[in-house]
Amino acid sequence: MTREIEAAANIPVVQIATIVPIMLTVGANRIVPGVAIPHPVGNPAAGPEEDQAVRRNLLLRAFTAMTTPVTEQTLF
Amino acid sequence: MTYRIVHYTNQFFAGLGGEEKADLRPLVRPGAVGPALGLEQALGGEAVVVATVICGDNYMAENLTSATEEVLAMIREHTPDAVTAGPAFNAGRYGTACGAVLEKAAAVLKVPVVSGMYPENPGVELYGRNVVLVKTGDSARGMKDALAKMAEVTRKLLRKESLGPAKESGLLPRGIRRNVLHEKNGAERAVEMLLARLQQQTFATEYPMPTFRRISPAPPVGDLRRATIALVSSGGVVPKGNPDRIRVSSAESYGAYDISALTDLTPENYESIHGGYDRVWANVDPDVVIPLDVMRALEREGAYGKLHPVLYTTTGTGTSVAHAERFGREIGAALREAGVDAVILTST
Repeated sequence: MTREIEAAANIPVVQIATIVPIMLTVGANRIVPGVAIPHPVGNPAAGPEEDQAVRRNLLLRAFTAMTTPVTEQTLF
Repeated sequence: MTYRIVHYTNQFFAGLGGEEKADLRPLVRPGAVGPALGLEQALGGEAVVVATVICGDNYMAENLTSATEEVLAMIREHTPDAVTAGPAFNAGRYGTACGAVLEKAAAVLKVPVVSGMYPENPGVELYGRNVVLVKTGDSARGMKDALAKMAEVTRKLLRKESLGPAKESGLLPRGIRRNVLHEKNGAERAVEMLLARLQQQTFATEYPMPTFRRISPAPPVGDLRRATIALVSSGGVVPKGNPDRIRVSSAESYGAYDISALTDLTPENYESIHGGYDRVWANVDPDVVIPLDVMRALEREGAYGKLHPVLYTTTGTGTSVAHAERFGREIGAALREAGVDAVILTST
């Protein structure tokens, strides 16, 4: 899905998920490793403050990924 | 002699629990447990399953390298003549786990390794070159056939018999090419293929291309402060009540929802219907899967231009590659039409 959105729209698609080898296999170009399979963009067990901080950090990394020129599959 | 086999399986097939037990750490049970029982039966006394190693799918996926080592140590203790795993059908995490364990076991213990997977399982692409994989159906409905084929292949490998070409022996190809004498040369065969194709007859390539295509990365966003960003997810988070009845697994559709009035996903407005992970946290706060709350905060702070008013969402478990690619093409076309500059796609 990531790859086909990027191909159809010609815009950067940053994928955030936990299993990096699968993202590499299916062809995601900009990858941000997530926290855990059931909560990729949060750490709810650590309490609301830490949860929000983790989410903010991942999104800022996604912003870096989408504004960075890349020529091959890249982890941010 | 009776050969010794150690089998690897996950928490689900071992009968220890579902997603709520997916964090289970590796443990070993004597003898055959779960699918290993059927495998042992199909081996007809020529081999016994001396132990079954069990590990939760999430524990394995989240600690792949260290968990593989832990599992390997347990396998090694039982000095197997062959190691088997699965079959994983179309379960992505389980297929990845089976592949990682068997690839390591083959490399370190130098014994035959066999599993079974559906051709689209990501474990095939990741490990299919180093692990002998029986081609299975996409769900556990095919368990009996899969175990019979795995037993047959394991028996052949233990006896050091040749497996023959993958296509003929029900295996997924490992990319091994053997020299054979053919009565026709390559040029003749290529022309025959071309003619067959022109006449719209079936033909089999001698060198198949990889299933997953790669694309060149799109150019980056120029000015983030003016950029419109869209959220897309395969994490199964949908408006409460799942109005479009998106399937909990093997989805054949996605939803497009107006989020322009929302600043936070809560158990009152959204929920996870995903059938492939433990939904407890996602249903306490769906923002841990689709990060709407912090995206709104960053929008207010001016960290980027604006959030696209439409959220695209589906369930990514057991979903066929063909459907997922179609969702991507359709969503991509809609985003281009809407002038969106970038996407953040979250997956579980």
